[in-house]
Amino acid sequence: MTSRREFLASTGLAASAVALASRRLEASELGSPIITATTEPDAQVRVLLMEGLNAAKLAGASWADVRVQRQRRQNLSTREQQVTNVLDTDTIGVGVRVLVDGTWGFAATRALTTDGVARAARQAVALARANRVARDREVRLAASPAHPNATWKSSYIIDPWSIPVEEKVALLLQANAAAQRVRNVRFVNSSLQFVKEERSYANSEGSVISQDVVRSWVTMSVTAISDDRTMVATRGPEVVQPMGRGWEYVLEADIVNNATVWAEQAREKLTARSVEVGRWDLILHPSQLFLTIHESIGHPTELDRAMGYEANFAGTSFIAPPNDVLGKLTLGPEHLTIRGDRSQPGALATIGYDDDGVQPDEFDIVKNGVFWDYQTTREQAEWLRPWYEKNQMPVRSHGCAYAQSWSDVAFQRMPNVSIVPDQTVDRSWDDIIANTERGIAMIGRASYSIDQQRYNAQFGAQICYEVQNGKIVGQLKDVAYVMRTSEFWNSIDLIGGKSSYELGGTFNDGKGQPSQANAVSHGCPPCRFKDINVINTGVSL
Amino acid sequence: MSARTVSDAPKRLLAQRAAARHGVLDEAVVLTRAECEDVVQRALRASKADACRVSVNSTYDTNVRFADNQMSTSGVTDNASVGITSVVGKRSATVLTNDLSVRGLEQAVAQSEALARLAPEDPESLPELGPQSYVEIPAWFDSTAALSAEDRARAALSALEISRASADLQVAGYIECNASVRATGNSAGLFAFHRSTNADYTLTVRTTDGTGSSWSGANENDWSAIDFRAMATRTIERARASREPRAVEPGRYTVIFEPQASSDFLGAIRGVLGARQADEGRSAMSKPGGGTKLGERILDSRVSLVSDPSDAQVLGAPFDGDGLPLRREVWIENGVLKQLSYDRFWAQRQNQRPTGGGGGFGGGGTKMLGGDSSVDAMIRGTERGVLVTRLWYLRPIDQRTLMYTGLTRDGTFLVENGRISRSIKNFRFNDSPLIMLNKVDAIGPSVRTSGGVFPAIKARDFSFTSLSDAV
Repeated sequence: MTSRREFLASTGLAASAVALASRRLEASELGSPIITATTEPDAQVRVLLMEGLNAAKLAGASWADVRVQRQRRQNLSTREQQVTNVLDTDTIGVGVRVLVDGTWGFAATRALTTDGVARAARQAVALARANRVARDREVRLAASPAHPNATWKSSYIIDPWSIPVEEKVALLLQANAAAQRVRNVRFVNSSLQFVKEERSYANSEGSVISQDVVRSWVTMSVTAISDDRTMVATRGPEVVQPMGRGWEYVLEADIVNNATVWAEQAREKLTARSVEVGRWDLILHPSQLFLTIHESIGHPTELDRAMGYEANFAGTSFIAPPNDVLGKLTLGPEHLTIRGDRSQPGALATIGYDDDGVQPDEFDIVKNGVFWDYQTTREQAEWLRPWYEKNQMPVRSHGCAYAQSWSDVAFQRMPNVSIVPDQTVDRSWDDIIANTERGIAMIGRASYSIDQQRYNAQFGAQICYEVQNGKIVGQLKDVAYVMRTSEFWNSIDLIGGKSSYELGGTFNDGKGQPSQANAVSHGCPPCRFKDINVINTGVSL
Repeated sequence: MSARTVSDAPKRLLAQRAAARHGVLDEAVVLTRAECEDVVQRALRASKADACRVSVNSTYDTNVRFADNQMSTSGVTDNASVGITSVVGKRSATVLTNDLSVRGLEQAVAQSEALARLAPEDPESLPELGPQSYVEIPAWFDSTAALSAEDRARAALSALEISRASADLQVAGYIECNASVRATGNSAGLFAFHRSTNADYTLTVRTTDGTGSSWSGANENDWSAIDFRAMATRTIERARASREPRAVEPGRYTVIFEPQASSDFLGAIRGVLGARQADEGRSAMSKPGGGTKLGERILDSRVSLVSDPSDAQVLGAPFDGDGLPLRREVWIENGVLKQLSYDRFWAQRQNQRPTGGGGGFGGGGTKMLGGDSSVDAMIRGTERGVLVTRLWYLRPIDQRTLMYTGLTRDGTFLVENGRISRSIKNFRFNDSPLIMLNKVDAIGPSVRTSGGVFPAIKARDFSFTSLSDAV
């Protein structure tokens, strides 16, 4: 008799094959399965890509690209010893982007037929024509070599869809049970989220690119309640950083053993001391600091924000206008370098080719403390031509174009933006604590908020330890630091070494209208910041 | 410049032009009721599970974005998806796909059954609802569904033309129109269908000296109800008035929140009305030591909060994801907590009536009832206070107290001696809607925003904790 597990393993595989086959009916005039991961687009996808490009050209586009994209998601949620959600999502379609007389147009459809993609191409051209009525600056794309027949696969080993849902849920419930065994722990929620994207791209310059991307995230939230039911404390839910990796990463996170640690931390937090307001030295763990990098360095160095393109939604930037700040604005001491890339293995924004068809490069955003470059797409790189030519840098996109799905237009999104570790001393978290007379060591992202130009921010943490004379003496609560971005980064005095470097990230960075989510990581070692303003956020109703 | 003069036409003309089709390209492609029924029936016929629920979503979305005084990106997307929840005993799983072909649907059904059979038992599983009756909600407007790309471009020009002709202005904005269809059916014979259109317009006007910014937004089912020209005029005036803001010391201030600011801040109350969290002792509606605050006065006696999909300012869907009919719910009446939200399981366990929305906030739209004041009257009656246009980047700090932090944005003004005296720099705040709504001075008429229907509110002692240089 087939066990449940064996059955699932076989149906899991069968299901994915069938799901592909079923697409065939939608694309009835086409023949074989339309997407095969990690190889160049097969004949069917290629037909659709070329049809989109041809139809766009016939309708009058001077440039076009076509993306056929399949995205699968799996969300599994539990609380205590029960499952609350088992959800599989599978969506596929095609988006066509065109330039007509220097104006953008975009249309997308789930109709994966040659007629469907051609119709979308004509719609995109019609939109561009209608919008030509108000454009001053013709869109020009920085040169980029064509990549015919390129393929890329993210650094996952075990495809999460090859693991039975039963096994995944069992892991969560086992971890929940471990947390529940800790005294005072009353509630535990945990979840697994997986994303798999099969992206096929072609543009009118001859690129044909196929990419296979997997992302994984395990979350757990442990809530402890005091015996007299007056105090509630939670650790989580972001206890494990999401990564561009597969099931092997979930196993490495060892959530069953770590659940006990997180639960003990929640319990200890019930008796944490309320923080004194004032100036403190902060030791920020990568699991907390990554979000501060994201908000205060990542976002304001997006060139579209600096140029006013996000003014109606995400906001603009204090790092603007480009002529006044490039090579001039000091954002930190000389030992601070912050780098953009889409190449760190396992990082969430890592990709072989962006949604302009560009192979991304690594670039310094803050170089030895000075603001040096913005995140760019092909459209934007041209805007910085004078700066690049003056410094004998190539006029090229950094490869930051991204669209969350086939149904969305590509625009500038954040690459991995990371602090370069100290190259001279391999300083650890413990070394920094041992070196600190009075401070707060903060672990895990919690409440975060920053203004629309990224001057003023307030960040909390899941766990805040008080440090006295080089030692942790207990937990603090109600802690938030309030910062002015430039002053904050200029106050960094100790940067950890490469052994303590970690990636932190999110699946859900929002930007744009319509709003799109971008998955991005930020790497950093633990760092110390001197004399930061700490407030107490506790109140009673 | 001649091509740009089209939008000099009055608003009414814009609406009339909206009905004009631009070939076949802009016709909203959403499924009909009969097509939805067909999808549901096909899936149910394929189902071998003990029970099956099928949800269909069909959407046609169009948008145009402008920034830096010119058009930016634009788009049109058609999509349709079906969600299939299979129930085997007390096990269940959902598969969602946008492949509605015969084979695609059959495979999604098979896959949801395979997942369900292998998922652990859910002790909270309940049988599917049988046939229900629903109110018909007139949320569909052809004026929105049939817009062309030219219509949207022309509407964008209502602000772009003025700013392009003015040296001191830089505008950015976004117009999004959706036509959508939702249907839910199940193996117990239930079928629900709803269709709606929505037009959302937001406009930001900044001054080119970098010191002034203003924002306005409109959200309507009926495109022709949006007065693009009036919004442009008002936002430009406010942007110019907001120039050169001066720093004022943070602290506790009387505040006048415009409806958008109220919506941004007070919408958080929805998140603490869940009965289960309250009963479990971990929400702001839990009483320390046990029990809930149901029946207690928790807010100022002028505060009432309802959800009602039939309300003319809401026009929401008349059912939730389970197909449960949504009706008018009075959550807070004259400051008293009257109702907590129950999903079907928790309602059955606690012997209560389910309020829909899976135990989250009802799902039938949000409306805080208005009062008899107005923003102008609030300003006239204020000796010293802060007028707030909208808020930004709100994040919870503590769910037990509903403490939030965030910032003011796009127009913050000092009010002195009954009038707006000057533009001031933005503040960061740390405060709770549950605290603010106990210090109410006045309430204005309720206005629809993209986040619900909320009034302007004047309240005392709002806690601004630091300054921001952001404009």
